[in-house]
Amino acid sequence: MSDPVPGGPGGPDPSRRPRPPRSRSGDWRAAAVPAAISAASIAVVFGLIGWWVTSAEQWPRIVAQFFSLHAMQVSFPRVLQGFWVSMQIWVVVLLATAVWGLVLAVLRSLRGPVFAPFRLMVVIYIDLFRGIPALLLVLLFGFGIPALNLPGLPNSGLFWGAVAMVLSYAAYVAEIYRSGIDAVHEGQRAAAQSLGLTEWQTMVWAILPQALRNVLPALMNIVVALQKDVALLSVIGVRDAVREAQIYTAQTFNYSSLVVAAALFMLATVPMARLADWVTRRDRARRLQVAG
Amino acid sequence: MTPKVSVQGVTKWFGAACVLDDVSLDVAPHQTVCLIGASGSGKSTLLRTINGLVPVDHGRIALDGVPIDDPSFGRTGVQRRVAIVFQSYNLFPHLTVMGNLTLAPRRVHGVSRADAEERAMSLLSRFGLAGFANSYPEQLSGGQQQRVAIARALATDPDVLLLDEVTAALDPELVGEVLAIIRDLKADGLTMVIVTHEMTFARQVADRVYFLDGGRIVEDAPPDRLFTAPDHPRCRAFLARILAAGRM
Repeated sequence: MSDPVPGGPGGPDPSRRPRPPRSRSGDWRAAAVPAAISAASIAVVFGLIGWWVTSAEQWPRIVAQFFSLHAMQVSFPRVLQGFWVSMQIWVVVLLATAVWGLVLAVLRSLRGPVFAPFRLMVVIYIDLFRGIPALLLVLLFGFGIPALNLPGLPNSGLFWGAVAMVLSYAAYVAEIYRSGIDAVHEGQRAAAQSLGLTEWQTMVWAILPQALRNVLPALMNIVVALQKDVALLSVIGVRDAVREAQIYTAQTFNYSSLVVAAALFMLATVPMARLADWVTRRDRARRLQVAG
Repeated sequence: MTPKVSVQGVTKWFGAACVLDDVSLDVAPHQTVCLIGASGSGKSTLLRTINGLVPVDHGRIALDGVPIDDPSFGRTGVQRRVAIVFQSYNLFPHLTVMGNLTLAPRRVHGVSRADAEERAMSLLSRFGLAGFANSYPEQLSGGQQQRVAIARALATDPDVLLLDEVTAALDPELVGEVLAIIRDLKADGLTMVIVTHEMTFARQVADRVYFLDGGRIVEDAPPDRLFTAPDHPRCRAFLARILAAGRM
């Protein structure tokens, strides 16, 4: 009786429509067993490995060397202070990189013959700064330039180290921006031009807003990478988290302070990575919506 | 009388392909001209040369007798007075309908925001789009988007409107609403150059029809004569194909 007969007499009858499928809330029971089995096997495997490692003769030495609570407590205030310095460097370098990378990308994307030398210069710049390891640049700038004692320029290693980071990262960021600019449909340029916008106005009002939206997920990835790569500045003596931890290690021959620094970086980068995921997902949803 | 648009001996090469071969045509003020022809015959390229989007290799294009590359057109050139509407609308997806309509008046023509929005609203009302001022293009149907694109082109009050196959990307039931607007603009006396595959429409609105083949104008005539008694064999063959496809 309850089975609807399609095309039955009397035309469409609402009561004869097939019922919607049952709610899937019962499905968790079907999923619970395999999930429990896999969780149990993982617990067993890693439990065994853990037991094997911690029961080793050398384990107490490892704990004392890397996970000494006492050493962590003693070094924590200094490492935290250094971490605060790291995050300040991160924000400043990030902003400068975002702006400088955008300038490079726009210069490379302008089309008039007037801009040909600029385009060439940007290509050379990007080849140069992407080709040199960031660490090497930081050493060159952070030690080299202050040693010159150039009149009228800052003499701090921190400043020049940060400049090296910006120069290096901006080369990558510029290429990301440029891929976003290239991805904007040619018709948008034609539309803007045909409305009488100059090339510059076309870039600012029509192309860049779309390009930035295109590359936001890729840029978030760079933001996360930069957040920890600012630790490179420790090699030129900037007293960031890594440097402070190293100083403690050098005094006590205990590496727990480095673990503290690592934990602090994790605390900062993991939320950023989740934020990047969220931005990417939202962007995907927006594109699918448009495509539909 | 000086023609509104004058195209004299225009030639354009794309690499080794000659897409426009010594093309000449005049459009009088308030006239509507249709360009027809097979795909690749150079219609769209010809249209784009008129507002300077495609620079020509040889020949001369003038607006009111002034060459379009004349410095008197100012920094942004002839585009300030000759507007174009594209087949694929090319609305700015990051701007609302209102943003699309006010961008050029504000940034290019220095119109105040209030004045630009007032003119935009009156255009939108006229085209039956008043309720969509704050919508984004992707929220509109194809026909609505194309009407917005026409409104955007008119927002700067151009002398000449170029229409490049504006109904070709639309579902058949949406074509009518766009063509109605174009008829309306003709009634207003706007000078228009229209590239179209809608032969019935071309016959109704055109004052003169140009048939292009292989980058040349091989026949031009008033619509009644061109559609009923074409002289040139290529034109006859083209119209026979259109007829066979049920498009006329």
